Formats: sequence, C-alpha cells, structure tokens
Amino acid sequence: MNADQLIPLIFGRLTLEALPLHEPILVVTMIVVALGGVALLGALTYFKLWGYLWKEWFTTVDHKKIGIMYMILGIIMLLRGFADAIMMRIQQAMAFGGSEGYLNAHHYDQIFTAHGVIMIFFVAMPLITGLMNYVVPLQIGARDVSFPFLNNFSFWMTTAGAVMVMASLFVGEFARTGWLAYPPLSGIGYSPGVGVDYYIWALQIAGVGTTLSGINLIATIVKMRAPGMGMMKMPVFTWTSLCANVLIVASFPVLTAVLALLTLDRYVGTNFFTNDFGGNPMMYVNLIWIWGHPEVYILVLPLFGVFSEVASTFSGKRLFGYTSMVYATVVITILSYLVWLHHFFTMGSGASVNSFFGITTMIISIPTGAKIFNWLFTMYRGRIRFELPMMWLIAFMLTFVVGGMTGVMLAVPPADFVLHNSLFLIAHFHNVIIAGVLFGLFAGINFWFPKAFGFKLDRTWGLVSFWCWVVGFWLAFAPLYVLGLMGVTRRMRVFDDPSLQIWFVIAAVGVAVIAVGILAMLVQFAVSFKNRDKLRDETGDPWGGRTLEWATSSPPPDYNFAFTPVVYDTDAWWDMKRRGYKRPKTGFAAIHMPKNTGTGIIISGLSLVMGLALVWYIWWLAALSFLAVIAVAIAHTFNYNRDYYIPVEEVRETEDARTRALAGTEA
Amino acid sequence: MSATAIKTDEPVVFHLPEEPHHPEGSSTGLGFWMYLMSDCLIFAMLFATFGVLGGNYAAGPGPKELFDLDLVAVNTAMLLFSSITYGFAMLAMGKNRINQTLVWLAVTGLFGLAFLGIELYEFAHLIHEGATPQRSAFLSSFFVLVGTHGLHVTFGIIWLVTLMVQVKFKGLIPANKRRLMCLSMFWHFLDVIWIGVFTFVYLLGMLR
Amino acid sequence: MRRLRLLLLAPLVALLSACNMVVLHPAGDIATQQRDLLVFSTLLMLVIVIPVMGMVVFFAYKYRESNKAVEKEYDPDWDHSTSLEVAIWGAPLLIIVFLGAVTWAGTHLLDPYRPLDRIKPGQAASEQVEPLQVNVVALDWKWLFIYPEYGIATVNELAAPVDRPIRFHITSSSVMNSFYIPALAGQIYAMPGMETKLHAVINHPGEYVGFSANYSGDGFSNMRFKFHGLDQAGFDQWIAGVRRDSRSLDREGYLELEKPSEKVPVMHFANVDGALWDSILNMCVEPGKMCMGEMMEIDKRGGLNMASVRNTMPLVYDKYAGRGKSPAYFGSNDSYVMTICTPLQAEAAAADRIRRAELDNISAPVSLARITGQGLTPQGVPMASLSSIVRNPVATGPVSTDVRSAPTA
Repeated sequence: MNADQLIPLIFGRLTLEALPLHEPILVVTMIVVALGGVALLGALTYFKLWGYLWKEWFTTVDHKKIGIMYMILGIIMLLRGFADAIMMRIQQAMAFGGSEGYLNAHHYDQIFTAHGVIMIFFVAMPLITGLMNYVVPLQIGARDVSFPFLNNFSFWMTTAGAVMVMASLFVGEFARTGWLAYPPLSGIGYSPGVGVDYYIWALQIAGVGTTLSGINLIATIVKMRAPGMGMMKMPVFTWTSLCANVLIVASFPVLTAVLALLTLDRYVGTNFFTNDFGGNPMMYVNLIWIWGHPEVYILVLPLFGVFSEVASTFSGKRLFGYTSMVYATVVITILSYLVWLHHFFTMGSGASVNSFFGITTMIISIPTGAKIFNWLFTMYRGRIRFELPMMWLIAFMLTFVVGGMTGVMLAVPPADFVLHNSLFLIAHFHNVIIAGVLFGLFAGINFWFPKAFGFKLDRTWGLVSFWCWVVGFWLAFAPLYVLGLMGVTRRMRVFDDPSLQIWFVIAAVGVAVIAVGILAMLVQFAVSFKNRDKLRDETGDPWGGRTLEWATSSPPPDYNFAFTPVVYDTDAWWDMKRRGYKRPKTGFAAIHMPKNTGTGIIISGLSLVMGLALVWYIWWLAALSFLAVIAVAIAHTFNYNRDYYIPVEEVRETEDARTRALAGTEA
Repeated sequence: MSATAIKTDEPVVFHLPEEPHHPEGSSTGLGFWMYLMSDCLIFAMLFATFGVLGGNYAAGPGPKELFDLDLVAVNTAMLLFSSITYGFAMLAMGKNRINQTLVWLAVTGLFGLAFLGIELYEFAHLIHEGATPQRSAFLSSFFVLVGTHGLHVTFGIIWLVTLMVQVKFKGLIPANKRRLMCLSMFWHFLDVIWIGVFTFVYLLGMLR
Repeated sequence: MRRLRLLLLAPLVALLSACNMVVLHPAGDIATQQRDLLVFSTLLMLVIVIPVMGMVVFFAYKYRESNKAVEKEYDPDWDHSTSLEVAIWGAPLLIIVFLGAVTWAGTHLLDPYRPLDRIKPGQAASEQVEPLQVNVVALDWKWLFIYPEYGIATVNELAAPVDRPIRFHITSSSVMNSFYIPALAGQIYAMPGMETKLHAVINHPGEYVGFSANYSGDGFSNMRFKFHGLDQAGFDQWIAGVRRDSRSLDREGYLELEKPSEKVPVMHFANVDGALWDSILNMCVEPGKMCMGEMMEIDKRGGLNMASVRNTMPLVYDKYAGRGKSPAYFGSNDSYVMTICTPLQAEAAAADRIRRAELDNISAPVSLARITGQGLTPQGVPMASLSSIVRNPVATGPVSTDVRSAPTA
C-alpha cells in the first residue's frame, strides 16, 4: 500500500486545504482565537487551576454549578453568534449598485446559517437550560435534580456540539444551507462539502444533551417537590419550565429522527429526501417544522415564567390570575404542535389546510394575550420598584406585543404569501425572540445573579446595557419591517435597488448599538465583581422575594436547604415570611448527596471525537471512539458507589456561618 | 388561593420532624418511561416516513416481490418468546433467585440473538438480490425502520449481558433490580414496536 | 425625551414616504387583495395592541413605588377577579374569531390555485378570455419561462398583457426556490418534480421585479428577472420580438441551459420543443430516463418484478456537475431508473399527459355569489359547472383540495 492510499485511510477527507488559509478574515480570527486560547490555557496552568476546575466544576453534579456553566457557554456563544450578525449587517449595508460587499457567497452563506444555528441551539438553549437548572430545584425545595450525573452529561454533550460548530470555523466549513438545511440543497449532491455534516453532528450530539436534560427536569419537577407543594402551588417559573421540558422531550426526538434520515441520505445514499428514486424533500420540511415550532415555545415559555416571577416580586403583589396563567401555558404547549405548517403556506397545500393552520396559529395568541394581561394586572395596584429585571419586563411587554401582532399577520395565509421569507419575517421573529427570549434572560440574569453569587449586579452598567439593547433592537429591526414591505427577501448577499441602502445602513447602526449593549453587560459583570463587597447581599433575599429559592443563603450551600421546607402557598417564601418564620439554628442532620463523576465529560469528549471523525470520513477513528463511548458507559454502570453524606458537623458549620452573617445584617 | 394566604394566625410547621426522603433511584422509573416515550417518537417518525414513502418503489419491486412472510413469522415468534422468557426472569427476580434469573435472562438473550440473526439474514438476502436501501424510497424507509428496531435489540442484548454480569457479581441488590426493571420495560417496548412493524410493514405491505 | 423622540420621527416619516413599499402598493389585483387583508388584520389587532401598550406605560408610571398618592391602593393579595379574567380571555378570543373567519374566507378566495373570478374590483373575469399560460422553471440560478400558447421561451424576462389573467405552472430543476413578483401576486414555491400553480393578473403597465424568495445556493442573490406589464399591442410586439430571435430550445439545449450559472442575461427562444415542459416537470429530459409520471403509474400498480431492481443507469438526474459532484460515501447513487417504454410509447404517454394537463386547465366558470361554509362551495352554482366539478375535480379551483404538488401523471 502506498502513501496515496494510506493517507485517505488515516485522515479521511481531511487535508491541509481544509484550513481556510485563503480567507483573510478567518485567518485573523484564527490567530486571535489561538492566541487567546494559549493565553487562557497558560493562565490556568500558571495559577494551577486545572485541578480545581476538574474537581469543582467539570465533574460536578451540583445543579447550581452546572447551571452556571450552561450560562457561561451561552454567553460565549452569544459573542460568536453576534459576530456573525455584525458581519451580515455590514455586508448587506455595503453590497449595492454592483458592489459585491466584502464577503463572497461561500463565506456569507455560511455566516447566516451559523448565526441561526448558534443563536437557537447554542445561545438560547444553554441560557434557558442553565436558568432552569439553577432555579427550578431551588424553587421546589429540592437538594438537586433527579438524575445528577445525567445533568452533568447533558451539559457536556451540549458543549461538545458547540465545540463542533466552532471547529467548523477553522477546519473545513459550516453548512451553506440556511439554519434548517432543507434538502435537496442540503443533500450530498448539492452540498458535497463537510459543512452540512458539521451541522448534522453538532445538532445530534447537542440534541442528546437537550433531550436528557428535558427528561431530567421533568422527573425533578414531578418527583422532587417539597412537601405541600401540589401542582397548583408550584411557582409559575417551575410550571413554564415543566411545560418547556415536556415540549423538549416530545419534540427533540423528531429532530433526531429527521436529521438521522438526512445523514443516511448523505452517507449511505438512501432516498428519503432526494429528487430521484421516489424520495420526497417536502417531507423533510414538514418533519423538521414539527420539531421547529414547538422549539419556539421551548425557548419562550420559561421566560414567560421569569417575567411572571419578576412582575409579582417587583410589584410586591401576588401574581394576578395564577390559575389562568397555568392554563394558558398548558394550552400553548398543546397548540404548539398544531401549527407547524404555517412555516410553509407557500408550498401549495390547498386553501383548507392553510386556513386550518393559520387559524390554529392565531388561537395561540389568545393564551399569550391573556398572559400579557395577567402581568399587566399584577402591576395594577402594586408598588412597582424599577430594578433592572422590572425594566426588562416593561421593555419586553412593549416590544413583544408588536412581535405578536406581526406574527398574527403572518398567520393569515394570503398575507403570508406576500411576506413569507421576506425581511418582514426576519424582523418578526427577532422581535419575538430578542424581546421575548433575550430580554427575559437578561431579566432572569439580573434577578437571580445575587442568588448565585451573593452580590447584586451593578445598576449603572445594567442600565447602559438595557437602553442600548432596547434602542438598538428597534434601530436594527424596524428597518427590516420596512424592507420586508418593500419586497426584499431574506438571505440576499447583494442588492440592485439603491433606494434600499439607507435602511440597511440604519439597521447596521442598530446592530452597533446592540454591540455596545453586549459590551456594557460584560462590563457590568466585571464592575460588579470588582465592587462585590459593596454590592454584597447577606440576607439571601435581596429583592423581597416570594418563592423558596430566596429562603436559603446566597450562594446556597451545596445541599440547598438544611431542612426541607413545608409549603402552604404558591408564594411559599412570602407566606413563610409573613407568618413569622424562624430559621432553625439547631437539630441539623447529615445530608445525603450525589458524588461527582468524570464520566460525563469523558463520554462527551469521545462523542466529539466521533462526530469529527464522521464529518471527515475517518472511519477507523469513528468506530474506535464509538466503541470507547460504549465501554465507558458500561464501566460507569459498574460503579455502585455514587453518593455520600455531608457530615452533620459540616452542615452545622455552614449554617452557623449563615446565622452569624444574618445577625450582622440585622445589627 | 388568596384565601389560604390571608389566614396568618394559625400555627404552622415549616419543617417536618422527619426529612422527606427521595431515595436513590426513586425517579428512575418515571425518567426511564419518559426516555421510552421519546424513543417511541423516533419510531413514530420512522413509521410516518414509511407511511409516506412506502409506496414509492421507483419502478422497482414492491413488498410482494421482496418479503418472505414465513421467515418474518418465525422472527416475530423469536421476539415474542424472548418477551415471555424475560417475564420469567422478572418472576425469578421477585423471588430473589439469582441463578434462575440468570438462566432466564440468558434464554432471553439467545432468543434476541436468533431474532437478530434472522433479520440480518433477511437484509443480506435482499441486498444480495439488488434490493438495497438505495434502490427506492420504499426500500430506504423499510431498511431504516426495521434496522433501527434491530439496532435497539442489539443494544438491548449488550445491556442484558452487562446486567447478567452485574447480577452475578453483586446479586439482586436494589440497584440491580431497578436496572432489570428498566431493561424489562425496554425489552417489552421493543416487542410492541415490532408488532407495529410486523403489521404495518409486512402484513399491510403484502396487501398493498 | 419626548421632544427628542419627535425629532427622531421627522426624518423617519420623510424616509418612509420616499421609499417604494411595493407590498403596500402593488399593481396586480391579487396582490392588492392580499395587501387589503394584511392591512385589515393589522388594524384589527391594533384595536387591542394599542390599549395594551398604553396600559403598560400608564400602570408602570402610576403604580411606581415613589408615587405616594396611590400608596393607599396597594393591595398585595389581590390576585383574582372573575369578570376581569373573562375579559382578558374574551377580548383576544373575539378578535381571533373575527380574524379567523376573515382568514378562512380570504384563504379560499385568494388560493393561488383558484382561477380568477375578477380582473379588478368591479370587473369580472370574462369567460371568453382564456388565461395566458406561462410555464415557469427555476434553474440554477435563473428563471426559464415557456409560453406554450406562443411556442416561445425566455430566460430571466417575463411579460404579460395588462388585465388578462395569467396562469403560472411552476416547477424547479434542482432545488427548492420560490417564485415571487411582489407587484403581481404572492409567492409560491418552485419544487423539483412537482408542479405548483399561481393565478394572477397585472392591472397597470410597467416594469416590475421578480425573484426567488427561497435561498437556493451560491447564485441565489442574482436570481432576479424583469416582469413587463404591457398593453395588448405592446405584448404582441414583445412576442414578435422574441420570435425574431433565431434560437430554439430543445432537450439538448435545455440540458446545457440548466447547468449552474449566475447573472445570466436575458435570452429569447423563438421555438420550444412542445414536450419539453412535460419532461422537465417529470424530470426526464435526459433521453432514456424514466419519467416521474410513468414511475408513479407503475408504483401505483405495485411496482415491478425482481428483475426491475437492476433497471438503473449510471447517472443521476441531479446536476452534480455544476455544483461539485459527490455521491454518498457508502452509496452507489450515480444512477437513474431507465424508462421501460419504447420511444414511441414514451411519446404517446407524454402526449397523453399533456392532453390531460390541458384538460385540467380548462377553468370552470367561477360563481361570483357570496361564499360560505366548509370548502366555500359557491352558492347557487349552475348545474353545468357542478357536473364539471364531479367529472374533473382539479378543474374547479375553489373546491379542489387534492394533492396539488404531484406531477401531472
């Protein structure tokens, strides 16, 4: 066997040409990332942090630490996804009157695909999962989630998916198909490169994590609630999380299946979505949206929960219409499965089918509208404190209703025929995702940050970030609404009509303002950390909270609660406070906790290797890493020794420290 | 709800004298059940795909030309027997008889292997005749639906062997009983799926 | 702050009035009706959206903590009011019921498959005027328009006479695109091996823009064409102009044309192979390849015997050549199904398909009576057209809900 045969056998289709050395933008990015990476690794080594990170974070099964790691992952990926957004906006603002802009089609098409994939799967999903992971067990008075090891494993699988997307930036290419990769364009014939394969394996690996974390949180909410907390006494955030996770478990398998079929088309030459041999590309579009539409509600429902908590906490009132809020959430959960076809009215399904799906879509706006009114009447006759989370709530309500309205417009099929795939659509879904999901996440981060770290976030920089985001959002997306009405379609790289340019320039300015908002948020974290002693909160309840997470210290001890509380009311902590609850200072017992394990990160690492090997057709490595995954998983099941007791002395010490701290705040 | 909140005078307990205990694995049944349902959805998608593409022979042969119902009937019997023998294993487990449990698990595994063997023979035969998954959308969806089920059975057998080793060395401790329970659900679930495959793909295919 | 906002608004208004919002000012009757529905639904929703926005601002301002005037109103336990809850569920419900009814009717009336019943407000479509048929093919990355009535074809240029209904038959050669002329009518997908239809009419002469509204690869941005709305004389002249071109389009010419190319200049073909459209739609332009229609007919009868399993040829329909040929690693996908007809039979079958397709296109008279109910069966349809519904369901636009995307087999 000579070298010509041996090299493809060892390296598959990975060659030196896979490095994008001819793309100056990518080379510069690569150098910057490499330098930054080396600096980070160097610093970790220099400060001898590897052992600490491995022991305390990477192998942790503590839902709080995993939640924080999810948030960090989401924020890092937000920077990447936003960089893509900036590049798109600059290209579209430049490419007029014969100018090709600064991005060629090969690069630009990857950017808009990556932007969509990253923002949905690796920004919104990790941030939401992180928030749910952190808050839900605390809100229901549990010590951890039902399956702590699975929780760690899910996080690392999500991270492995994110790493794959990042790898595609520097080795090979990403998909050039749009974020849902419709065939036949995403088939092997029209996308023969590694881009779509990166897309598929990144989503499949991350999807395993998402599904398992969904199962985990449902089991946690159903099984681990504190005594007295019936379903209708659960905090609204827990309710919306439950519904979102039900949606995850009931929709991500669809994505797994449809991507698996696409994979087979690409790798084995089956004919599911091909033009020839009886394949049917329309089926892909149907199947992927059967996952895709519930996904939208997976993203937004938990944030509806956040807004409910924020509205009632900062108005100092019980949430108006708790029952109708819960029913609204459940109705949205169910209806989200009956609307998928509104993403392709223009496929020619016939008037009756189109009207059915158009009307079911409109019906969703009824429970959503009811929710808006509920928040509104929670504010009514309240004592509203305009802390940062409350400001995000107001901005959300004013912005989101516009997105909801344009959504209903798009749900009218004949109107959709003129607006489908246009920039109006782009403006609409950014209107609901930014105003609904991101604003909600920012409200949640500002709200629960003091719980997680023991000090509040800086208000001034928070305000800068807030105003930049709100103003930047409208500057960036109002022009897109206008452009949509001018008949401009999405994913265009160059334009003919010079009268459009001014709108793209305004949108680009808007994106620059949002960039300042993101920067201000990072500064806010840094400044708050610097001034942490001044911003410190010893009470564990800085906002006058209402639910159980505020009953414990900030940050909570590993075991969350020394004694599991008994719940009598939806607003359990509010209820305890007003009945003169006294925190017990004696009678502690040893607490049963799960042990850390490195299995999660090891299996995910091996899965990442397998994914990369499959992308590059390195079959021996794929097979090897697959066998390794199985072997490690089996080995893990032979470990029966997975839990330990926190000794009573340690519990007493922790709780005594808290007693002293509380005495300090009272004095 | 507001009614309960206003009553602030009565004395209440905020902590029970005995800590509420969530024993290790108390959620496992529920969690595993949810996993099975998510897996069921994957099969639902594959069934739907077969429903849409099952008639697209691309001017090639259809089920009548390809399927051998006698073989599939034997195959179905193998899997159904394996479910019964798994049931016997669970009965033995209930009586804490380690060796009896192991024997029934072994028999289950052998039936599973026989099922897989017959399925692989059927696949090899079809591919040898030229009826490959690439020939038509019908064959693609057939191979993937039946193959995915077969893959599940394969993993079930790997799991079964692992559990046999664990029962052998650790005995029928609660953790192992819980795992046997999960595998039991998995195994019967695959049986139910197969009944769907047998009816929907083979029997109805012959009637198409 | 408020004054600042007003100042910001001024140039915005100027900008908005300067730009050409084609979706809001279309030139075709269908697009106009779609616009009307869009505006109507917006106004209907503003009825509830504006008060909500007002209330958000008002409540947030009034019940702020620093406002001592409302301190007495503070009621931390007020969380339920049955009448209010009925209102907050009822108000959106009412609007959606109303909008839903409008949507149902509008969707059926403006169904792109439905033959036009009017040319413009107050002017019914004449039964004497046969719609202009244009067969549209989305190629990589340009548009081919075939005029069967005139036996001509063009690339990246479309023309139609004012006030004469147009019936587009749309397909694609390789991947999904979307055929969209904002001034004329809403878009519809162009998909390979499938046919979609669009009925529309242009009311004002002029030059409009058309493009693909669904991303289809590298050359997508430049997949644009001019659409000329012409008076009858101008249209005749345009046809004559196309006919003056000596080029003609046959199968070989088409196979050459469909190879990927970008920024293709306008092309005219004075002659088109009459069976070309049918074979494009059935994905059998390559000689010897089995047509989709034939394949579906065979499949409907349960497929063929075992020998047919090898009835494939080494080549695919999908045009790998231009986009970087690469079959699946483990597949042997470089093949297509060979036709099993003799050339004569194939020709006869094609002719039959074309004849049947033409039959499908005969538009039944559309009743202008008010429409109601499921499927919006026209009220008081004359017996003649009812019998045509029974005989040929595809022909009668409004009641047809068949699977339209299948090729005319």
